[in-house]
Amino acid sequence: MAQFIVLRLLHTILILFGVSIVAFGLIHLIPGNPLDILLPPEAPKEVVERLKVEFGFDKPLYIQYLAWLGRVLQGNLGTSVFTGLRVTGELLSALGNTFVLAIPAALLGFSLGTTLGTLAAFNHGRLLDKLFSVIAILGISMPHYWLGIALVIVFAVLNPVLPAAGMGGDGGFPVNWDEARHLILPVITLSMIPMGVIGRIVRSTVLEILSQEFPTALQAKGLQHRQMVWHVLKNAAPPALAVMGLQLGFLLGGSILVETVFNWPGSGQFMNLAIFRRDIPVLQGTVLVLASFFVIINLLVDVLQALIDPRIRR
Amino acid sequence: MADVSTILQPIILPDTSAGAEPRSYWSTVGERLVHDRITLAVGAVLLCVILLAIFAPWAATHDPLQGSVLRRLKPVGTPGFFLGTDEIGRDIWSRLVYGGRLSLICGVTPVALATLIGGTLGLVAGIGGRVVNMAIMRVVDVFYAFPSVLLAIAICGVIGAGIGNTMLSLMIVFTPPIVRVTESLTAQVKNRDFVEAARASAAPLHAIIRHQILPNVLGGMLVYATSLVGISIILSAGLSFLGLGVTPPNPEWGLMLNALRQAIFVNPIVAALPGLAIVLTSLCFNLLSDGLRSAMDIKLPS
Repeated sequence: MAQFIVLRLLHTILILFGVSIVAFGLIHLIPGNPLDILLPPEAPKEVVERLKVEFGFDKPLYIQYLAWLGRVLQGNLGTSVFTGLRVTGELLSALGNTFVLAIPAALLGFSLGTTLGTLAAFNHGRLLDKLFSVIAILGISMPHYWLGIALVIVFAVLNPVLPAAGMGGDGGFPVNWDEARHLILPVITLSMIPMGVIGRIVRSTVLEILSQEFPTALQAKGLQHRQMVWHVLKNAAPPALAVMGLQLGFLLGGSILVETVFNWPGSGQFMNLAIFRRDIPVLQGTVLVLASFFVIINLLVDVLQALIDPRIRR
Repeated sequence: MADVSTILQPIILPDTSAGAEPRSYWSTVGERLVHDRITLAVGAVLLCVILLAIFAPWAATHDPLQGSVLRRLKPVGTPGFFLGTDEIGRDIWSRLVYGGRLSLICGVTPVALATLIGGTLGLVAGIGGRVVNMAIMRVVDVFYAFPSVLLAIAICGVIGAGIGNTMLSLMIVFTPPIVRVTESLTAQVKNRDFVEAARASAAPLHAIIRHQILPNVLGGMLVYATSLVGISIILSAGLSFLGLGVTPPNPEWGLMLNALRQAIFVNPIVAALPGLAIVLTSLCFNLLSDGLRSAMDIKLPS
């Protein structure tokens, strides 16, 4: 097990290294100097040259990358070229707001998906199963930004019972009922896709396990239904966990559209603003941090899978 | 929209050992499809959507770009404008019909290109030696480390809005998962007896790829690619929704959704229509992929 963890850790470090190259190199997809798109064309030459030196854009790319990586490893993501504020601090508070949305959405989506998927598999071919299949495929076919708008139309416009946008307070975890009310619609919106995806994978995995011989053998041994469900679920857990890890990453990185719909000041909106302001340090920093989160979540999922299923520790 | 990688499920190869009478694999698949009413219906709906998009100039009742301040935000059922009008008085039905062109092209093209590129890379990685495999798959691992939405938005944000850039960024997003699927399919097929037999009978590599490996890999790739089209349509509309994709005044579903978002307090039903078009199309592609998957997977009872 220890060897497995060490190997996975090494692999993760390599991946993170690659991720940092992509996050840094992203801005160089377009030819020319990153400052050129930022500055007006009539900017005086001396100023442009001075800024180039100041930001280090006059040095070769690999030197720029190493300098950037060195600063990032010390927790310094640079300074926003638009606001002049430190990226790290701003990004952390935006990420906090994203977590306020993503964690309840993940909990809701995963628990609903697992429960419904298991129920559907144990009632294979019956009405419940068919109903679930419809809900699940709708969940994955629905653009969540549209679902958000539709929910706003129903619950904030036609029946004004819930707030349409914003966080209510000044950010952070909700402390009162009004702030919690602001969470309801975005959390439901965000949980739909994980629900559909997890539900489908749980259903198909449980069905596959039920078609194997051991559940029948367990039944023949006189095991109670409840205990058998436990055995089956334990076997279905590793693939479901892998998908949950991917979905958690999606909730963090993909919440940008839902955050736009609900005007939620999270990391997605932070990045969106950076794109339109051409704020390179913010864009690089956000992409790097969100992708790194995703990589680390997947590492944790791998380890968790190996803990549940020893066969994975090859 | 689901993360692309979550569609990845093991695709079981057809079990050709059973059965007294030999039947071609594809005739079995065709027969299953003919009896699968849901997939047939989905195919018909999809065909309608595609035909409407192709014949948009005939299906549209008005000019999709011509608005009028006199008829802004008319509700559904207005005479002459049966799905209403948008925020600058353009006919919603005509814009939806024309919008299907851009939305379908932006959804299908990136997946098709990614299948071509990713499929080739995956095949090479699957057949090639350790070094080739390592080189391709480690690069893929890095791109896989980015949530698909994040990567698409970041690339599009850097290279700028526009139809071509949307398709390029989505192609980059979809290539790594296709490489992974093709590589694992190829690796599965590579070690099977009939490939060994072909190799033992001194068949050249290109012949083995063409006759033994490709036919057994293509089906899985096709099913996987179809499931990606649904996501691709949602993502490309999402990019337009953020202002990073198709640019106004072009009719495109995501862009229309964003423009009409300001009107939800005036005319909520009309504001929801472009989204409905996205749901319908992506739902059809997902159901089609499910249907193909079960029709091609002979081990599943149909």
